[in-house]
Amino acid sequence: MEHQLALIELNEISFGYPNCGLVLSDLNMRVQKGDRIALLGGNGAGKTTLFHIILGLIRPFSGSISLLGKRCIEENDFHKPRKLIGLLFQDPDDQLFCPSVIEDVSFGPLNLGMNRDDALKRSRRCLERLGIRHLEKRVPYELSGGEKKLVALASVLAMKPRILLLDEPMAGLENRAVDRFLSVVAEEDLDAMVIITHLPNLIKDHVNKTLVMEDGSLKEQTSVC
Amino acid sequence: MTCERLASGNSILHLADPRIKIVLASFLSVEVVFLKTMAALILALIWAIFMLYVTGLKKDILLKRLFFVNVFIVVLWLVIPWSTPGATLFQIGPIGITREGVMLCSAITLKCNAIVMFNMALLSTSTIFALAHALDHLKVPSILVQLFFFSWRYLHVLEEEYIKIKRAAMLRGFSPGTNLFTYKTYANILGTLFVRSYDRGQRVYWAMVCRGFNGTFWLLSHFRLGSRDLILMSGMLILGICLLFVEWSTNWHL
Repeated sequence: MEHQLALIELNEISFGYPNCGLVLSDLNMRVQKGDRIALLGGNGAGKTTLFHIILGLIRPFSGSISLLGKRCIEENDFHKPRKLIGLLFQDPDDQLFCPSVIEDVSFGPLNLGMNRDDALKRSRRCLERLGIRHLEKRVPYELSGGEKKLVALASVLAMKPRILLLDEPMAGLENRAVDRFLSVVAEEDLDAMVIITHLPNLIKDHVNKTLVMEDGSLKEQTSVC
Repeated sequence: MTCERLASGNSILHLADPRIKIVLASFLSVEVVFLKTMAALILALIWAIFMLYVTGLKKDILLKRLFFVNVFIVVLWLVIPWSTPGATLFQIGPIGITREGVMLCSAITLKCNAIVMFNMALLSTSTIFALAHALDHLKVPSILVQLFFFSWRYLHVLEEEYIKIKRAAMLRGFSPGTNLFTYKTYANILGTLFVRSYDRGQRVYWAMVCRGFNGTFWLLSHFRLGSRDLILMSGMLILGICLLFVEWSTNWHL
């Protein structure tokens, strides 16, 4: 469908860091319902920056952002989309800050205005599905790297996002955890998903589109590897 | 995290409602500051020690914390006894130690230790998250609560980053000495530490914003003001009033 509503639409986005030149230059991106996108690109290509720009954490130098059909310009415009677009950070330590795993996972649902019982129930279900229910009472910063990653994913999934942005979700996970991770994500009732990865082979069954970031813009790659 | 090491436990003070604990800690701290008689101060200190005993916390952690506080007090003891005018107690060479100076120093020592102990017993026994939530409930302005919470959060980040960088340096054979190379390395570590902590702090905030954070700290297990809390509160208030009574009825003034 040509005129399908774009869930995420970026037009002519440019952005750069001091002393680094432009990381993104006139970048265009369109994410539609049903898209499962693998986002590839070299180190420092600007993939993470792109995610942060989509959610309004960083403001681009120029260009426009529309999320779920609405143009987002000011901080306030991003509040609603952030609740519907889940972002998994590259480093789980950025995401976890509560004294216990269960509190961290329910942080999002509570912010959405859920009551405590429902938030708790939902969080427990997320942990269960990821096979880490036993970590519930643990202190997040004492977990292993892989466990932290799964808890961070649980904390994103607990918000029941429509769109998932995953920033190198598989890095540091053992094979079994990767399988579980991917199958849980596949079961989610999502409108769209974008995964940044360096291991496109691992996720090729889960994506239907591959974008490569090069010289600050995105190019579609027709065959996965 | 470093400052939450005391927060896990099952004592009556651990289980008490953080709101009550904050109110009591503020009340006791202010009261002790205004106490003027030795009898009341000593009583306050004994009471504070008793409260720490009730928490059942490990002695070595408590003593370590008190040690840091008392390092500052030692400095006071080196200066105040001879610099305060008053009746000379005894003479060390040309320096006269005054009775007023010694009394003032003792009072500061007692007050300081009592306040720190009260706060350790009452506040360290809650997680920072619970305290932030309790402050929210006590209608403390949200901006102050956030300031408090993020100071703690980023302090932990700083510590974590420092440990990581230091380890990386050690693993590459760095051993500190008294030379320019060591100073340069430390300067680099410090610089990197600030930059990295700043970045990390920003990402933590972003991650919270992405999960719908808008300034309110919601707590999973909600506080319930139980009869135990009320008993604790009234018990402490009665003791607080007793302190005032001792204060007014003795004339063992400074």
